[in-house]
Amino acid sequence: MEHSNGYIIGFAAAVCGVCAIIVSTTAVQLKPMVERNERLAIQEQVLALAGVSEEGILSDDDIEAAYKTRIEPRIIELDSGLLAEGVDAAGWDQQARMADPSTSVAAPENAARVRRLPNQSVVYFVKGEGGGPDKVILPIQGQGLWGTLYGYLAVASDGQTIDGLTFYKHKETPGLGGEVDNPRWKALWPGRKIYGPDGDVAIRVVKGSAGPVAEAPYDVDGLSGATITSRGVTNTLAFWLGPEAFGPYLERIGTSGGGS
Amino acid sequence: MAETNKDVLLDPLFNNNPIALQVLGICSALAVTTKMETAFVMSLAVMFVCVFSNLSVSVIRNYIPSSIRIIVQLTIIASLVIVTDKVLQAYVYNISRQLSVFVGLIITNCIIMGRAEAFAMQNKPWPSVVDGFGNALGYGLILMVVAFMRELFGTGKVFGFTILQPVTEGGWYVPNGLMVLSPAAFFLIGCFIWAVRSWKTDQVEEEFHVGALLEPGHEGHIR
Repeated sequence: MEHSNGYIIGFAAAVCGVCAIIVSTTAVQLKPMVERNERLAIQEQVLALAGVSEEGILSDDDIEAAYKTRIEPRIIELDSGLLAEGVDAAGWDQQARMADPSTSVAAPENAARVRRLPNQSVVYFVKGEGGGPDKVILPIQGQGLWGTLYGYLAVASDGQTIDGLTFYKHKETPGLGGEVDNPRWKALWPGRKIYGPDGDVAIRVVKGSAGPVAEAPYDVDGLSGATITSRGVTNTLAFWLGPEAFGPYLERIGTSGGGS
Repeated sequence: MAETNKDVLLDPLFNNNPIALQVLGICSALAVTTKMETAFVMSLAVMFVCVFSNLSVSVIRNYIPSSIRIIVQLTIIASLVIVTDKVLQAYVYNISRQLSVFVGLIITNCIIMGRAEAFAMQNKPWPSVVDGFGNALGYGLILMVVAFMRELFGTGKVFGFTILQPVTEGGWYVPNGLMVLSPAAFFLIGCFIWAVRSWKTDQVEEEFHVGALLEPGHEGHIR
């Protein structure tokens, strides 16, 4: 059966039109639920990082409740490391702030390939059972192999000791660089020291095995088969913990012995 | 067509299984079968896409210009896959994260397009729906069997419930590390094919000799 060109084009257009309507309707209808799930997944990781709960045991509502009571977002001035007074942290959009020229500056040349630095950044205080902050969670991001790694780093209140690291969004190869998600690899981080004796950022991901914290306080095992991702993690930490980013803030909380 | 609906439904389970006999859809069978939960959700997703792509293609089969039929089928399949992916993200977010790209890759699963092209283009809507359901069931059956073995022997669990207490959690069972790696799925599918073919001997392919090609009278015998 032969069809005219007009029929074929018309038929193709009709199929595309119907399919487009179905797809876009579904996407728009389900968007609020998907967004809530994404937000909850990040909050769950932050809670796990904070040591409040492990992943996969709390219900959605419990996550929201625990996040509200135990995690307190605060805004800091990046260059001085001081808390920014009178700035509301609710609804803070770090990515938008980093992109907007009026709230950010061009970042100095760096290996993590971060282009812009926000003037002010959000940090998350983890409130202990008593109420005072016992550690702080910093947002970090940097170039991996296929895309940007977005994550959080928990630092103890001495401003020196890493308490955990997690990446909530990345595009690394599953099984290789994607092992940044592996709980066994993440378990290697707590207890490692950020700054070496000379005060520079010393924490890095090495090739092969680094050994326990006591023997290698500044080194973490590399991800096998993922040299570039491992290097990306090192670069990301070196940049965000360095003097241009959270360095001044960490120094300040280290000397004052608390979050504020 | 002499086949009854019952044959159309049950044939793909053992007689004409898409994975075991046609050896299609292997890639996703390797990737999502470390746990029964993901394998189950993947089977449901494939079932949904296969049934509705067969239905839609069959409904418009007499109007599809043959010169663009493949791309029309693909458009329909791709739309259904995106819808499925969004629904999974909205309702079972954690599983959808574990399935990651493999839901999206249902688009390239040969079973779906194979059924649309081979069956739905020639048959009425209802038999097409049954055919899609049957083939997805055949696919799901293998996924579940493979996932059962891999989860049980790899982690000592079934559907996330501990059956064999592993030594790491104070039990006696030493998990078989090979089972959680992709090659295990190859071995298991191989065993499944062997089991089915020992039972249904007509599926055994003629032994293939390279020498046979050179003998006179055997031209064009390569399959």
